[in-house]
Amino acid sequence: MANGNTFTISILVENYAGVLSQITRLFSRRGYNIQSIAADTIERPDETRITIIADGDLEAAQQILFQLRKQISVISAKLLNPADAIQRSMVIVKVDGDTKEKRDEIIQISNIFRANIIDISLDCLTVSVTGAPDKIEAFIRLMTPFGILELVRSGIVTIERGKLTIHSED
Amino acid sequence: MKLTGAQIVMECLLEQDVEVVFGYPGGTILNLYDALYDYRDKITHILTAHEQGASHAADGYARATGKVGVCFSTSGPGATNLVTGVATAYMDSSPVVFITCNVASNLIGRDSFQEIDITGVTMPVTKSNYQVRDVTKLADVIREAFAVASSGRPGPVLIDIMKDVTALTADYEFIPKANHAKDSHMARLLQRKTNIIAYPEPDREAIRTVAAWLRASERPMFLVGGGVVSSGAAPSMRRIVELVNAPAAATILGQGVFRYDDPMFTGPIGMHGTKLSNLAFVEADLIIAVGTRFTDRVALNPGKFRDRKKIVHIDIDASEINKNVRVDLGIVGDAGRALEMLIEALGSDFEKKSNWVAPLLPETRKSAYRHESNLLKPDEILRALHERTGDNAIIVTDVGQHQMWTALHFKFSRPRQFITSAGFGTMGFGLGAAMGAKVGCPDVPVIEITGDGCFRMNLNELSTVEYYDIPVITIIFNNGTLGMVRQWQTLLYKSRYSETTLDRGPDFVKTAEAFGVAGYRASDLEGFRAALDAALKSGKAAVIDCIIDMDEKVVPMVPGGKHLNDFLID
Ligand SMILES: Cc1ncc(C[n+]2csc(CCOP(=O)(O)OP(=O)(O)O)c2C)c(N)n1
Repeated sequence: MANGNTFTISILVENYAGVLSQITRLFSRRGYNIQSIAADTIERPDETRITIIADGDLEAAQQILFQLRKQISVISAKLLNPADAIQRSMVIVKVDGDTKEKRDEIIQISNIFRANIIDISLDCLTVSVTGAPDKIEAFIRLMTPFGILELVRSGIVTIERGKLTIHSED
Repeated sequence: MKLTGAQIVMECLLEQDVEVVFGYPGGTILNLYDALYDYRDKITHILTAHEQGASHAADGYARATGKVGVCFSTSGPGATNLVTGVATAYMDSSPVVFITCNVASNLIGRDSFQEIDITGVTMPVTKSNYQVRDVTKLADVIREAFAVASSGRPGPVLIDIMKDVTALTADYEFIPKANHAKDSHMARLLQRKTNIIAYPEPDREAIRTVAAWLRASERPMFLVGGGVVSSGAAPSMRRIVELVNAPAAATILGQGVFRYDDPMFTGPIGMHGTKLSNLAFVEADLIIAVGTRFTDRVALNPGKFRDRKKIVHIDIDASEINKNVRVDLGIVGDAGRALEMLIEALGSDFEKKSNWVAPLLPETRKSAYRHESNLLKPDEILRALHERTGDNAIIVTDVGQHQMWTALHFKFSRPRQFITSAGFGTMGFGLGAAMGAKVGCPDVPVIEITGDGCFRMNLNELSTVEYYDIPVITIIFNNGTLGMVRQWQTLLYKSRYSETTLDRGPDFVKTAEAFGVAGYRASDLEGFRAALDAALKSGKAAVIDCIIDMDEKVVPMVPGGKHLNDFLID
C-alpha cells in the first residue's frame, strides 16, 4: 500500500525467460521508479516471488496492481501495507579497519546490531547485517565514518503479519 | 499422431476454424510455408506486398468479422515490419494472432542473420506474447494465444517460434475448439486468469446503485465506446437508451452502435465531436460510460471532465477504471451483461426522462465557421456515397481529416461498419485493413476513405487487391496536403506550413492503372457519382481521386487540454 510516496507490491509469477522485464516494464512505462526489487524462486521451481517498492501514490499503486494482474505470468499480486507487514533486507559492508582501535570499534557496533563479521584482515572488515530497512540504514550511517570501501544491499522482502498470505483476498 | 511443429501450427489453425492467413514468407518461416502448401485447400494465404499490409489486413478482417485475424511473418525485418500493425491492433483492442518464426535455437542470442528479439520488441503492444522453444508445448501455446486474443478485452497476441521447433516432431491430438476449456492446459489457465480471459459477473449491488442514480438523475447521458461493439452489446445499448430516453454519444470506435437517425444519438464526442455531443456532455449530471477508456481525445481535460456530474464506468478491463479519469463508480464485466442487468434493475415502472438535450439544439445549429470552395466538399462526397451504398457498406479509413469527416458525416447504421485506427492513429492502415475486411465480408461493398498522404504511404497493397481480385474501392480525399496537420498549423501555428504541402506526385489515377486497378478522377459531384457507379458496377477494385480544397477543415474542433465545450472552431 502507498506509504507517503512509495508503495510496496508483492507478486507471484510463473518463472520463464523474460518475466522480470515484463513486470518491471509496467513500472517504467508509467514513469514509476523502482526503489527496491527482490526476486527469487520459492516453494516451486517454476514460480518466482517478487517484492517491489516503487515511487508513487495510492492511485499509481492501484493502477500498477491491475496492470500486473492482466499479465498471463502473474499468479497473484497484492499491495502490502507496511504497517501490517514485516520487511527485511540485508547489507554487506566492507569497512576500512587499518588500526586496532578502529577494528575494535567496528566489532563492538556490529555486535550491537547482531551483525556477522564475515571476513577480517589487518586492514579491513566485511560485515553483514539483516533487518528492517531502518536498521540497515542506521548501521550504514555508523559505518560511514570508518570509511566504507564497498557496500552491497539486497532488495527488501516483505511478508504479511498473521495468517494472511499473497493468496488471500485483499 | 506425430507431426512436425509446422504441421502442428496448421492443425491448430484448423482447430480455430481459421480460413485465411495474411502473410509474407522468409528464411526462418520456410517450414511453416512448406506445411501450408499441403493445407492450401483449407487455409487460404494472402501474400501481401509488405508485412505491414498483412498486419493491417488481419486486423481489418478481425474488426469486420469479429473473428480472430491471423498473420504470418518471417524473423528480423519481417517481424519488425509488423510492429506498427501490432500496436494498431493493441490500441483498438482487436483480436489478431501474429505468428513469426525466429532463427534456430543454436543461433539465438548471437545477432544471427535476421535475428530479432520480437517478443521483447512487442511486449508493450501485445496482450500477451510467447516464444516457443519446445515443440511439445507448441499446440498449447497456440490454443492459449487464440483464447487470450479473443476473450475478455480482445487484443493482439504474438507467437514467435524458433525455426528448429517448426521442424521437430511431437505428438499432436486434434482437440476441437469447443473442448479447449476442458483440456488440462487451458483449464488451468482459465482458472488462474479469469480476469483476462473470462467475463467476471458485474457486481449486482453496483448495478442497483446505477439504477438508483439513473432514477434520480435529471440529465443522464450515455457514452459508448468500442467495447460495446466487441462485446456484441449494441442491441442492449440501444434498448437502454430508448428505455431511459437519454442522449448517447459515441467515441470513434463506438460509431455504428446506434443508427445515425436514432433520435437519442448525438454523434461522435471529443476533439472532433459534434457540438451536440460535446455540449450535452458538459450539461449532463450523470454519465454512464460503457466500453470506453476516456482517452485524451475524449477527456480532453481530465480535470474539468467530471465537473458537476457523476460518472459510472462499465468496462471488462479492471485496469481501465480510474486510469484516465476518476469515476464515482466502476463496474467490471461484460458490457452486454451489465446493461441487461441494469435494464432489469430499472424495472418496468422506470419513468422515461424528458428529452433534456432538445433545448441545446438551437445552439448546435449556430456555426461561425465558413469555408468557400468550388471544389468537391467532403460531406457531399460522404452523403453521395451513402446514397449509393445505403446501410450496406463497410467503411474503412486512414488517419487525418478524411477520417474525422467520415466519423462526423457518414451515416453509420450498424456495429463493425466503421473500421479505423482510432487509438494509434496509424496512417497507412486503410488499404490493408479494407482488404482484410473485404476478404472477411465478401458480400458487402468495402470502401476505403483515405487522404493523399496516407494513401501514398502504403498504396503498394493495390497489387494485392488486384492479384487476388479483392474489390475494394478507394476514395482519396485529395487536398494536396497533410490536411490534419495543416489544420493545426493554420489554427495554432500562425499558418506556417512547415513540410505539409504535398505538391508532388504520384498521379493516383495513373498509379492505380499501373497496378491494373481502374483509376478515376472526380472534381465535382457528378463526376464522383459517375465514378462510384462505374466502380461499384465493375465489381473490381478501383481508386477514385477526389480533388478537394486544401483549406477545408474538420469542424468542430476542440484542442487538447480544453474542456469539451471550448471550441476553437465550430
Ligand atoms: C504513420 C503516421 N505518421 C504521421 C502521422 C501524423 N499525421 C496525422 S494526420 C496526418 C495527415 C494525413 O494526411 P492525409 O493522408 O493527406 O489526410 P488528410 O488529413 O489530408 O485528410 C499526419 C501526418 C500519423 N498519424 N501516422
